[in-house]
Amino acid sequence: MKVELRNIHKRFGKVHASNDIALTIPAGTIQGILGENGAGKSTLMKILSGFIQADSGEILLDDRQVSIKSPADAIQLGIGMLHQDPLDFPPMRLVDNFLLGHAGGLFPNHKEVAWDIQKLNAQFGFALDPEAYVDSLTVGERQQLEILRLLWLGARVLILDEPTTGISASQKTKLFETLRKLAEQGKTIIFVSHKLEDVDVLCHKVAVLTAGKLMGEMNPPFDQKKLVELMFGKEISLGERYSAAAEGATLTLRDLAVEDARLQLSNVNLELRAGEVVGLAGMEGSGQGLFIRACCGLLRPVHGKVTLNHLDLTGKSYHVYKQNGATFLPASRMEEGLVPGLTLTEHFILAEETQGVFINQERGLVLAEERIRSFNIRGTPTSVVESLSGGNQQRALLALLRTPLSLILLEHPTRGLDIESAIYIWGKLKERCKQGSSIVFASSDLEELLQYSDRVIVFYSGKSTPPLDARSLTAGKLGELIGGAGWDEWETEQSA
Amino acid sequence: MKKNIWINLGFQAGAFLLALLITTLILIFAGAPPLKAYGSILSGAFGSQKNLIAVLISWSPLLLTTAGVLITFAAGLWNIGIEGQMTLGAIFATWGLRLFQDTNVSPALIIAIGLLFGMAGGALWAALAGALKTFGGVNEIFGGLGLNFVATALTIYLVFGPWKRPGVGSMSGTKPFDEKLWLSTLPGTALSPWGIGLSILAVIVVFILLRGTYFGLKLKAVGKNMRSAFMLGVPTWQYSMFAFLLCGAFAGLAGAIQVEAVYHRLLPNISNGYGFLGLLVAMLINYQAIWVIPIAFFFAALNVGSIQLQIVHKMDSSFAGVLQDLLVLLILLGQGARERLLKKA
Repeated sequence: MKVELRNIHKRFGKVHASNDIALTIPAGTIQGILGENGAGKSTLMKILSGFIQADSGEILLDDRQVSIKSPADAIQLGIGMLHQDPLDFPPMRLVDNFLLGHAGGLFPNHKEVAWDIQKLNAQFGFALDPEAYVDSLTVGERQQLEILRLLWLGARVLILDEPTTGISASQKTKLFETLRKLAEQGKTIIFVSHKLEDVDVLCHKVAVLTAGKLMGEMNPPFDQKKLVELMFGKEISLGERYSAAAEGATLTLRDLAVEDARLQLSNVNLELRAGEVVGLAGMEGSGQGLFIRACCGLLRPVHGKVTLNHLDLTGKSYHVYKQNGATFLPASRMEEGLVPGLTLTEHFILAEETQGVFINQERGLVLAEERIRSFNIRGTPTSVVESLSGGNQQRALLALLRTPLSLILLEHPTRGLDIESAIYIWGKLKERCKQGSSIVFASSDLEELLQYSDRVIVFYSGKSTPPLDARSLTAGKLGELIGGAGWDEWETEQSA
Repeated sequence: MKKNIWINLGFQAGAFLLALLITTLILIFAGAPPLKAYGSILSGAFGSQKNLIAVLISWSPLLLTTAGVLITFAAGLWNIGIEGQMTLGAIFATWGLRLFQDTNVSPALIIAIGLLFGMAGGALWAALAGALKTFGGVNEIFGGLGLNFVATALTIYLVFGPWKRPGVGSMSGTKPFDEKLWLSTLPGTALSPWGIGLSILAVIVVFILLRGTYFGLKLKAVGKNMRSAFMLGVPTWQYSMFAFLLCGAFAGLAGAIQVEAVYHRLLPNISNGYGFLGLLVAMLINYQAIWVIPIAFFFAALNVGSIQLQIVHKMDSSFAGVLQDLLVLLILLGQGARERLLKKA
């Protein structure tokens, strides 16, 4: 089925998540949608699959204008979306999962559905047991289940959001085979990803999104350099860099290995000098999160040693790290940083050392007024934090930091902020470096990484480079590494 | 800011009137003349000194349970288990009195020991719900509900088993304690100035705790956003446990006062719904400690006053519950409606 998007606009508050998107995808095409996190890929796909509605614009299927008001509308029209986290019902059988989304009669016909599943299985070479329970499946199998289910419901357009995250290499091969087969049948595949290599081997056509805008389209053979340029914006100009790194290690990591349910990170070594800034580059969920949480006791390493100020703190809790001068400001400000419903003053009181039983309200107010002034926060001591803008929330978080600190860990310190706020925040952070604090920050902004880091560690699917000197890096090289290209150097080293 | 307060008040008044309207309709359907029924409630609560004293007697445990749940609500916890905590308070107080009643310890000291035992019993029962939540991942609503049933069963076991009256056990409870072990009351009544005094003190303590202390602020931070509170350095699960312990102690004290001042014995259903009513009061006052004293009094008056309905109009006395529940429901609904409307505006 041919899909055509015309002048799609969608705003979330101040963010223009889809800005005049126009895209035509002929039937039988595998269309890649490439872009960094927050570029507007998911928004666009959610509009097409009915999860959200565009503010304006048209959607045409086979040259007929349609209105998609819900996911049910979308599937009725033949558009099915495969989400990053499968939307299935783990404690139920496969057949039941099929029947749930089906607008059928009162009494579901299990037998017939099980038979349908077997037929689809045979067509794509899957081995899904209709009577098995969903929670016994791997992520890859759940993906297969979801694809079959959507096809069974009559999908002629399949949207896949980051489908290669969390599945094995052989499952990926299988997935790509399936997608190619579907395209041959005339189905339209929309493949959303930030992985250059996946797009490279699979897609017939690629569109690159940046900050809500369609930056360009490309046909194979894909020029990786060009794609990187499109993804991260053409002009990457660096301001003057300055460094305050001194001698003496604040944080050392020795042969560190950490893991969560999805990802494993191993053999990480770092010696962080006082006043140094280390940037963590990589697409969201490539291992930076694990790394940063292992540096402050939020994640217990499975192997290796973490030393802070020459104290072995391996396996200790976050509060022990905090007492020893480390602090972490996560990306989700309102979830893991600030407490909605409490005022700025209350936050400053909480963040300082507890003194006695009763709160000295007057001193709290003085403290709040002083911090609000010196951090240029647009708010009053009695403002509740949720009433502040993103930039001001970030300033407030920084204003909460105690003095002195030896290690500040940050995730996306300037994401969603205007340039003025971003510069301001880095000014404040660099002041901290001059006082001897070391900084480790994760970011998806290449410019920020190159400008403010002394060294950069790049992450890709749970692999990490050794700390690289930021002066020797270019935006192009960094972009390639983030996309998974040019890793041979370290891979041979690791296997050797 | 000013305008908001008036809008707020308008919604509250609207909800109150609506609750009144619906209860009036129910009264009409039940065949009771509404005005007369409301009149009976009023005279049932305030018509005589005896009635007023009855209101004060139920005011005291309600103050304590409301004060308790304000703490758990501040910590973001739904302490449904408060009924059981009050019951355990009554059981422990009875236990304390029984332990010392035949010794030479001075009666005043035994009475104090009974109150302390009660607080400890309530705290223990709350700690169980807290531990289930913190270490077992059992939601405090389910844990609390389960523990309520256990507490009831335990009371019945004690009343009919080990602590039964000489002869045969009866639903009317254990053998009453000797008069010297009663908490002093106003002559000829079951109203204990001590009980009232301690209850009001509890409300004041909670008010100060939540308003001006580090403990209260940290508790609120935990209640509003546990992850952020943790990142700010608050030991989160410990604070949840503290909240449970404190609330349990207040509920236990309420149970102990029921034993020592009102019934002078342990009997089944001694918590009498005061715990749940405390949850309602807390919701009705939007968790603002400053309103506990008057609103708890109003609820106590409704409870006592509606007993008249049964006598005069042959209606079920649970009518007070209908009015109370409607009130809370509609006030909450009003808050939701207000938020929606203001957001749209």
